[in-house]
Amino acid sequence: MNIAVEMDDVRQGELLNASAAGPAPKRVIAGYGFWIFLLSDIVMFSALFAAYAVLAKATAGGPTAAQLFDQRNAAMETAFLLLSSYSCGLMSLAINSRRTFGVFLGAAVTFLLGAAFLNLELREFQGMIAIGAAPQRSAFLSAFFTLVGCHGLHVAVGLVWLVLMMVQLSFRGFQEVVVRRLHCFSLFWHALDIIWVLIFTIVYLMGVLP
Amino acid sequence: MNLLGKLNWGAIPLDQPIIMGTVVCVGVVILAVLAWITAKGYWPYLWREWLTSVDHKRIGVMYLALALVMLVRGFSDAIMMRTQQAIAAGGAQGYLPPEHFDQIFSAHGTIMIFFVAMPLVIGLMNFAVPLQLGARDVAFPTMNSVSLWLTATGILLINVSLFVGEFAKTGWVAYPPLSELQFSPGVGVDYYLWSLQISGIGTLLSGVNFVTTILKMRAPGMSYMRMPVFCWTALASNMLIVAAFPVLTALFSMLLLDRYLGFHFFTLDAGGNAMMYVNLFWVWGHPEVYILVLPAFGIYSEVSATFSSKPLFGYRSMVGATLVICVLSYTVWLHHFFTMGASAGVNAFFGITSMIIGVPTGVKVFNWLFTMYGGRIRFTVPVLWTIGFMVAFVFGGLTGVLLALPAVDWQVHNSVFLIAHFHHVIIPGVLFGAIAGYNYWFPKAFGFKLDERWGKASFWCWFIGFHLAFMPLYVTGLMGMTRRLQHYDVLSWQPWLWVAEVGAVIILVGIICQVVQLVVSIRNREQLRDTTGDPWNGRTLEWATASPPPAWNFAVLPRADELDAFWAKKQRVLAKEDVPVQPHRYEPIEVPKNTPTGFVTAFFAVITGFALIWHIWWMAGLGLIGVAVTLLAFMFRVEDEVEIPAEQVRQFDRAHPVEVSL
Repeated sequence: MNIAVEMDDVRQGELLNASAAGPAPKRVIAGYGFWIFLLSDIVMFSALFAAYAVLAKATAGGPTAAQLFDQRNAAMETAFLLLSSYSCGLMSLAINSRRTFGVFLGAAVTFLLGAAFLNLELREFQGMIAIGAAPQRSAFLSAFFTLVGCHGLHVAVGLVWLVLMMVQLSFRGFQEVVVRRLHCFSLFWHALDIIWVLIFTIVYLMGVLP
Repeated sequence: MNLLGKLNWGAIPLDQPIIMGTVVCVGVVILAVLAWITAKGYWPYLWREWLTSVDHKRIGVMYLALALVMLVRGFSDAIMMRTQQAIAAGGAQGYLPPEHFDQIFSAHGTIMIFFVAMPLVIGLMNFAVPLQLGARDVAFPTMNSVSLWLTATGILLINVSLFVGEFAKTGWVAYPPLSELQFSPGVGVDYYLWSLQISGIGTLLSGVNFVTTILKMRAPGMSYMRMPVFCWTALASNMLIVAAFPVLTALFSMLLLDRYLGFHFFTLDAGGNAMMYVNLFWVWGHPEVYILVLPAFGIYSEVSATFSSKPLFGYRSMVGATLVICVLSYTVWLHHFFTMGASAGVNAFFGITSMIIGVPTGVKVFNWLFTMYGGRIRFTVPVLWTIGFMVAFVFGGLTGVLLALPAVDWQVHNSVFLIAHFHHVIIPGVLFGAIAGYNYWFPKAFGFKLDERWGKASFWCWFIGFHLAFMPLYVTGLMGMTRRLQHYDVLSWQPWLWVAEVGAVIILVGIICQVVQLVVSIRNREQLRDTTGDPWNGRTLEWATASPPPAWNFAVLPRADELDAFWAKKQRVLAKEDVPVQPHRYEPIEVPKNTPTGFVTAFFAVITGFALIWHIWWMAGLGLIGVAVTLLAFMFRVEDEVEIPAEQVRQFDRAHPVEVSL
């Protein structure tokens, strides 16, 4: 490729103003749209966080956050989820260099870590319900189960999505559309981490403050 | 366990003659339409070209059709309420029993906001924004179709509530604790929640779609400050959708959890906090006002510039005012409930922000006035609606500034003074704008103009009827009349409410004029035909292509190297400084392929929603599986675009010459 000739083809004025460059390529549009969607998802979580903040002390004589939360469990959940984000990042690298085995490996590790996280969370929920700390007990518990459960639901959806993407990858290879969707998946997965870090801080750490 | 959940024959209100009469009438109309379509053999055409279409123009038209039908429904509710209030004074009880009246005012508000104003605005944005941007479609065409059909799902469910079961008796805001299971054990609130939840997902996806489209798909050369103002207002509106609708989704999910699973977000017992609902509702609700009104402001801007044959006065200040409103709309929500009992400091803060948000709106009004000042104004139908808006909106805005004073608000809170105020801003602010836009873009959508005489008749009926209907409510509001009264004992209100009734009847005449306008225009379409693609001597890119535009919008992607590029190019051609260019080389164009994904998703969404409302769990499960399978099928679809051959593009372009192309 003759770079000098290619450069001549570009009208210089256009380079100065990115916003006048015309329609973006489809890859950019898809990723950008997904970012906007994620922002809306984060706004939804912010409403749930607000509800939790308002109701955190409304225990109605029932168990309080300090009595219920096991920080070791929350720490392990955090570790699983953050590590799964790391393996998801490695998967993205493998996608960029088109290494099929690397992608499957990264996906498998991500899936297992995500499933381990979900398992811990479900056990925590089960344990709480077993001792009578169900969401119907108090407004605080309603808000807790909704906020944390909504995040868990997102993780579960992410796991299903990941499996579907692996099926697509094995059938269709690194087609543009498959790569685009994998890219969106990794954005989704990292966004869930951000939400979790906030949940860990606001629910599990601040909840047990004296 | 009952296989049909809470559903049984008792759900059909056979004992209510008004409802059953409506059922029969609506049923006959629907059957007649279906029979007509079948007799004419239009089903394949309808399925191929409309129901499965992912073309933004068609989707926009379908949104508008839905909205106009629902306008009739919402207006029927309104005139029923006006009639009831005109009669039911003193000893007279009127013709509507309280529990029916309650459903009517709830349905009226819900329908007018969610299923008239929203589809009107989203439909017009769908139709016009990609054309104005010089784009071939929106960013995610299939998702756009899903959005449309999910809105239709909400509309269907809310209409089913008329015949099967009941609608909410809580008002359109559904405040708890009244909307909790304890006080509203029926399915009414569930109809409200599920229809809004499902259509809300559609709206949210629309917002994502349009923000991406506007920011990433503008024609070459069209930097931000060269975008038409309507695109700017659409951008602001959709950013608000993205940031506000998720709050509504979360809020309704909480209320649903309370009602279905016994949670305690807003209940009276176990620590629930009903005021949190009111706060979160208006954190969505106030931006929603601007979601609706900003695009209408954009339409007024386009109309006043086009029909004054002048550039918009203060383009930059218009853009700035739009964005300031966009941000400030999140700082005023508490003015909807100053009486909550927050401290004087809190109320003062929100009172002051509510007055400040009037400032950018004032900037806009002056900009429109200065745009028209010194222009050669053509008094077409869209211009009449625009001028009518300016007159009415300034007045309505002033009563809003009154209400922004917490001390005043405490006196008139929940009175019909408030009702008069918000109808006074939302009808001119949204509905007038949408009707102006409908008249303005109709020739672009269908290739012929709407009849001017009937359009003007409709405007005058609406304008006069509107003032007669709402001005008296300011008076009775100050006399102490609270909202949502099925019956009252103060006889001195009655004359005013009769005046309001007359106003409602005049509005009805206005609506009839609109229907006649459409029929007459279709009949005279050959005389009203627009062959140039530019019937109004327009300024923006949508007028630089044929009317109606082809599926690919533009044969060659236009360039927009300045604001109002199309207008500027026309001026240069007129002055012989430039020659009109005809594209000499055509290339094949990829357009998104039609898909039934949206329609089928909505079909299953209806099943799911209906089943959840009536607690028919197996059916809800089946519906959800249906939705999932539909989306999976879409995910695994191999081709999603079809190529239009260059020859076809060339032939269309030759057959539909435009004056000036870019």
